[in-house]
Amino acid sequence: MTLKECYTALGGDLDDVLARLRSERMVQKFVLKFPEDGSFDLLCDSFAQGNWEDAFRASHTIKGMCQNLSFTALGQSSHDLTEALRGGKKPEADGLLVKVKEDYRRTVEAIEALRASL
Amino acid sequence: MQQNKILIVDDSEMNRSILADMLSDEYEIIEAEDGIQALAALQKGSGVSLVLLDIVMPNLDGFGVLEAMNHNQWIKDTPVVIISAENSPEHMERAYSLGAADFITRPFDALIVQRRVVNTLLLYAKQKRLVGMVEEQVYARERQGDMMIDILSHIVEFRNGESGLHILHVRTLTDLLLNCLIRKTERYHLTMEDIATISTASALHDIGKIAIDDKILNKPGRLTPEEFAIMKTHAAMGAEMLEKLAEHQEEPLVKRAFEICRWHHERWDGRGYPDGLKEDDIPIAAQVVALADVYDALTSQRVYKPPFSHEQAVQMILNGECGAFNPLLLECLSENAEEVHTALENESGRDLRQKKLRGISLETLKNIDGGASQRTLRLLDRERMKNSFYAALTEAIQFEYTVSPPMVTISSWGARKLGLPEIITNPRQDAALQNLLDTNTWEELSQRLRATTPDHPEVRLPCQIRYDGATRWHRVVTRSLWSDDIEPVFEGALGTVVDIHDTHQKMQELEQKASRDPLTGLLNRASAKEQIELRTENDPGSHFALAELDIDDFKKINDRYGHIFGDEILQELGRRMKSSVRRSDICCRAGGEEFFLFLEYNTDIEKTIDRIWHSLCFEYKGCRVTISMGVALGEMVGLSYDALYRAADLALYKAKQSGKNQYIFYDPTMTGTLSTPSAGGPETES
Repeated sequence: MTLKECYTALGGDLDDVLARLRSERMVQKFVLKFPEDGSFDLLCDSFAQGNWEDAFRASHTIKGMCQNLSFTALGQSSHDLTEALRGGKKPEADGLLVKVKEDYRRTVEAIEALRASL
Repeated sequence: MQQNKILIVDDSEMNRSILADMLSDEYEIIEAEDGIQALAALQKGSGVSLVLLDIVMPNLDGFGVLEAMNHNQWIKDTPVVIISAENSPEHMERAYSLGAADFITRPFDALIVQRRVVNTLLLYAKQKRLVGMVEEQVYARERQGDMMIDILSHIVEFRNGESGLHILHVRTLTDLLLNCLIRKTERYHLTMEDIATISTASALHDIGKIAIDDKILNKPGRLTPEEFAIMKTHAAMGAEMLEKLAEHQEEPLVKRAFEICRWHHERWDGRGYPDGLKEDDIPIAAQVVALADVYDALTSQRVYKPPFSHEQAVQMILNGECGAFNPLLLECLSENAEEVHTALENESGRDLRQKKLRGISLETLKNIDGGASQRTLRLLDRERMKNSFYAALTEAIQFEYTVSPPMVTISSWGARKLGLPEIITNPRQDAALQNLLDTNTWEELSQRLRATTPDHPEVRLPCQIRYDGATRWHRVVTRSLWSDDIEPVFEGALGTVVDIHDTHQKMQELEQKASRDPLTGLLNRASAKEQIELRTENDPGSHFALAELDIDDFKKINDRYGHIFGDEILQELGRRMKSSVRRSDICCRAGGEEFFLFLEYNTDIEKTIDRIWHSLCFEYKGCRVTISMGVALGEMVGLSYDALYRAADLALYKAKQSGKNQYIFYDPTMTGTLSTPSAGGPETES
């Protein structure tokens, strides 16, 4: 799988990230690093424990990383979830978490496929 | 060129490394995971040139970092560029109003980040250079102007054949007198700048003498009345010269110089020249210079007279031999006789003036800038250096604790010794730090810290500290710090830790060596005395009490129940004594049925004694045992064993006289014989 195919699979915009970060090597390096970040686990855990403040921060961090890497799909769902957790939990947050989990799974699968083909 | 250092603050490791990758070619990068770590990095004064700051972070967010940077005045020298996914206008506005230099929203473009970092760094570097230039220029201008005046006035002096020091002395005296005057009255509305201007202008007081004929000016003998009349014109002439200056008429220096030239021979009673002005019609600048001029003329050697001593000169002036002066200024002169004398004696006038000038240029800068100047910061740096040097010499571990942000800073020597970093954030969660002391000691320390007040800010705590694979005894001394508010808020504490292991060791050896009373297991008198002396020597700042006690009617108990029963009573009392005081306190069987307790106390000793006394009166197998007790406090009689013992003994005697079964505190009205005749070793009743 190429980096281009990986971006297509995870619903991202490779052209956009290349325009910003300039080098394909650098983009690939950080894409491969993405699954190592603990924010997703923190999000799931703190959400389950009802710790909305930490959940907000974790979701916010995921959103920021997606923006940096132009992971459009996960970026959008984590943005929506972040807003649903800002200043306390809103009812729609549960549904949005499901969406984030789904997008996250898709993103990580695509990245692992990319890693496997290197 | 030195590489700029950039601090990247972001809770996501990936975000940090993306930024680091973009910038690491040209800059040195340090990273922080949250706001607290960021402040720690800045606190260290590690020369951070720019901060890239995220907003949403655990522990302390980006706004918190900005607030702390404002509080510490770092924001002025260290630009902050916010990089955040929070791009609502409110967030941006808040960041800017807290002093952020720039705001970059995510997703960011590598080129834009690089460019903005460069721009911000350039801008700040330029600003710093400008501040430096202004500072240098203000100083240089002052120095230059001064030099011109020096040259000019020396020409005058040279022509007068006076010593080169006269002008210097007049200037120093003027400065001294004026500084004293403004402490006495606000009548003359003088600022520090006015004083500097007048002192500088004082150098010109005799420029009019340039126009006086050489023959009169340097005539060795007495002047004829005609000659003297010509001589007197120098005042008006000098003023005229200044008046005719084509430019600079509005300059404060010129105005002051004019006043001084024209009126420095006027006198308070109107009997001076050229205008016969009286009292405060004479400008204050001229009044002061007149007095300084006269004083220096008296104390210097002239062709027509030897120098008078300082005391003589002051006396002559006060006697009115040189005309009348403003009484307030005379007060200034006589009150500061010592200071005047040394200032001139040491010829330190020049230094003094340089210091003043520097002071003014700093003051000016401060007004422009509203904060500490580079120079002040340098001075602070030096202060810090001095501190750590002395700390290293005394082999004391020094530390500082701040509540907000929660942080412990340890002196570098101490940190090395303890094997800890110099800055520890969130000390309560720091495993390495917590490991130094056991939980109980931490608990006691924090309890005692919480109990401090602005009036009683100190805590002294001997405790065991573990590091480097060993546990040693130390004494921790802290001083709490409060805010300046009306209701002071606890802000943290300063502290030192001193190794007292060796003396402590000796104390324990002594304890082991000491023979104990075999019946009760308590210390005997001799070893108790030794330990008491060691304790009071080691810790003279603490409060100690000595209580001497005696079982009431012990002979009757022995007679009635037998000696074996009597020994059981003594043993029971010993057990009760040990359990009613702290382990560190000293329990002793002094002999027979006589015991004493030596204890340290911090708070209400009367309550403590009452509790102890009650627990020492008991019922044993149907036999009621009561005791009499006399208590002496170290703060009343001093800490020597003999004084404490004697006072406790007098109090015990009083307790027995007053019907036994009670305790009494020693007071100085008690006199009389001792209750026990001898101070020998332990004796048993058998």
